[in-house]
Amino acid sequence: MTALLAYTIFGLVTGGAYAVVAGGLVLTYSTSKVFNVGHGAIGMVMAFLYWELAENRGLPQWLALLLVVGVGAPLFGLVVERFIMRRLTGAPVGITLVAGVGVLVGLIGVAQVIWPPQARPVRPFLDQLGVHVGQSFVSGHDLVTLACAVLVAGGLYVLLNRTRTGLAMRACVDAPELASLYGTRPTKLSALSWAIGSALAALGGILLTPVVQLDYVTMTLLVITAYTAALVGRLRSLPWTFAGALGLGLVQSYAVAYLPSSPFWISFRAAIPALLLFVVLLVMPQSPLRIGGVRGSRGVATPSAVTTGVAAALFGAVVVVLALLVDPVVAAQLALGLVFGIVMLSMVLLTGYGGVVSLGQFTFVGVGAVTVARLGSSSPLALIAGAGVAAVVGALIALTALRVSGLYLALATLGFAQLMDKLVLQSPIAFGVRGSLQVPRLVESPAAQLLLAAGTFVLVGIGVLAIRRGRLGRRMIAVKDSSAACATLGLNVRWIRVWVFSLSAAIAGLAGGLFAQLRETVAASDFQLFNNLPLLLFAVIAGVTSVSGALLGGVLLMLLPVLQSGFPAFAGVAVVLLGVAAAGLSRDPNGLVSWGFRAWSWRRA
Amino acid sequence: MSTLRVKGVTVRFGEVTAVDDVTLTVEPGVTGLIGPNGAGKTTLFDVISGLRRPSAGQVSLDEEDITSKGPHQRSRMGVARTFQRLEVFGSLTVWENVVVALESRRRPARLAGELLERVGIAKFADDQADTVPTGAARLLELARALATDPVLLLLDEPSSGLDRAETEEFGELLRQLSAEGRSVVLVEHNMDLVMGYCDHVHVLNLGRLLVSGTPDVVRAHEGVREAYLG
Repeated sequence: MTALLAYTIFGLVTGGAYAVVAGGLVLTYSTSKVFNVGHGAIGMVMAFLYWELAENRGLPQWLALLLVVGVGAPLFGLVVERFIMRRLTGAPVGITLVAGVGVLVGLIGVAQVIWPPQARPVRPFLDQLGVHVGQSFVSGHDLVTLACAVLVAGGLYVLLNRTRTGLAMRACVDAPELASLYGTRPTKLSALSWAIGSALAALGGILLTPVVQLDYVTMTLLVITAYTAALVGRLRSLPWTFAGALGLGLVQSYAVAYLPSSPFWISFRAAIPALLLFVVLLVMPQSPLRIGGVRGSRGVATPSAVTTGVAAALFGAVVVVLALLVDPVVAAQLALGLVFGIVMLSMVLLTGYGGVVSLGQFTFVGVGAVTVARLGSSSPLALIAGAGVAAVVGALIALTALRVSGLYLALATLGFAQLMDKLVLQSPIAFGVRGSLQVPRLVESPAAQLLLAAGTFVLVGIGVLAIRRGRLGRRMIAVKDSSAACATLGLNVRWIRVWVFSLSAAIAGLAGGLFAQLRETVAASDFQLFNNLPLLLFAVIAGVTSVSGALLGGVLLMLLPVLQSGFPAFAGVAVVLLGVAAAGLSRDPNGLVSWGFRAWSWRRA
Repeated sequence: MSTLRVKGVTVRFGEVTAVDDVTLTVEPGVTGLIGPNGAGKTTLFDVISGLRRPSAGQVSLDEEDITSKGPHQRSRMGVARTFQRLEVFGSLTVWENVVVALESRRRPARLAGELLERVGIAKFADDQADTVPTGAARLLELARALATDPVLLLLDEPSSGLDRAETEEFGELLRQLSAEGRSVVLVEHNMDLVMGYCDHVHVLNLGRLLVSGTPDVVRAHEGVREAYLG
């Protein structure tokens, strides 16, 4: 009984911190309609800033807290709103998501540059205080966390329901133009909500620091839990969000207490937030098909079959020359770039044509790699099996998330990636107890690897373009532009999506198999959850609507770690640049290569 | 020759009742569905085409209850529609828009040219659909709906954006469609088109059915003059 009480209190405390973070997320979303994927990253950077002031510079804890939550975080929120998010008002979900991921990745870079990796203990608040409830001890920090949660809940309620500003904030979401006629300034209100939202992210981050330790990625991705809580409130209702957060805290705490402690159950515990994210998405009322307004996006022109053939032949010739000339190390790197290019092709299909933003595409690469490694055969059939398994997994995720679309679908892909990460890729199921596997190769020399990767890239590229010119391609784009019209023309919108997911996953899985063979040894660390994000950013920066964009994106993704190890001082800066570029370029999914296309057509005109 | 029956259909959005216990029948021919803005015409179209579940009531096509069927299933039974707020596939060409619809019904893509010719927008065939004028985009939606070879065609303000000559051509097209045995329902603000080409007219006001009858009956009705014609 006392154990139950203790775990309940612990669960409520963690839930309280989640509630603070999730409350900020809901506030920014409900006033600006931009779902801030980077919310957790703001909390992470601010927690580092708090460490800097309170632990490194020796300021009193209360002063450091006040400076970070009251000054630093709101100012930062204002900057993000003014220079990134305001330009995205009314933009499609995909674009705001990519900008958010850009902010997230950029902030991780910023933190790495300012605070290089080292252990950074953070003292809890009021550590001499604490009370006994029955036989369990509630620390001062726990009390502070609970008090903050209550204050934030009350404060937000009063702000939104009892003040003119709050009323205007709510009005602005429904009709910003109308609200501005009545003398409110939508941009000011949006700025205010971002300032408060960032402050809450900071507060939540700081409160959680003694529990989770200061780490760039862990703290950033901790917000998946806050996403789940916010989804319980359907991104609108603060009371439901708070209830969801507390519920999550309790479930996690009880899982620690009452689930067995075998390796599987330990990974299962870590996967609970992602699992619950799925459950919440599953029980959500089905989103109605959106009606109203022409949506179209100007993609780059699809090349004809002849142009494709000529380009493929030219590309093949260049690769053959490279394979003969360059030294083995470079050849292997180029092969890696092409393998990443194939992953990018899977995103051309899913995101470029199908309009679905996937935050978990690298997971399918992992599935393909594990399958090939586990089969332990060098036959081409192993590669096909890798693609097949990935296709099945892709179909499963699409079937699970059939009811949701847009933002919720993108969050489902992130939840799925986390689930696979905790339950499969980072657990002994995938790479065994040693955490790595040997992979037999289909071809041995780096030059042959390069040719194999190039050949596969060409074949998949031709396939993707053939799909675009054919029936499935037209359907995918039709579904992206108007699901409602598709449905009234007799198309089963949901099945088309299952196909697209499955096909795209198959391509990523194939790339995963090639990746495994290229590396010869693959390990859990090759497929970390975070890898999904740079993948998406490079795809969008290079151009997610064309095969050339996929090629450029693959090469850039391959170059990032090369640059980082070549210029260690530049490592964090590169990540910052990546984030900034993505946030800036997110408006044009045709990416950098489209500039080249434009220059080419201008020259010919 | 298909008959649509709408029985006791009610649609509520929270506190607001957009469609209130509407019962009506659509026989083969051209049927007008008119009423002031906010009368519930488009909402009723959404219910008939399956994009919106009614809070209460029943929709049947040729005596088969289709209330629980999804929009794509209804399309396969021969229901097609256009949209008041355009729903063309903006990233595809005009020609591709029609081909998507043809392929969905397993009809040959070569029919696309004929359909575009028929509604009079063949010259836009290769243009990206979000670049054509509104009038042409509305006709594109009509061509796309016709590509599914429907028995019941729901047209939501098809003539807005058309000039006088184009509107007359459009009226003739309505007659042809009806002569082919299709039931056409027209939500329209152009009274000349409604009174000139409809065999039967239903008038909605504030979500309720005000009156049904021939154009002459409707024109003579006191309530209609008050609510709508002024």
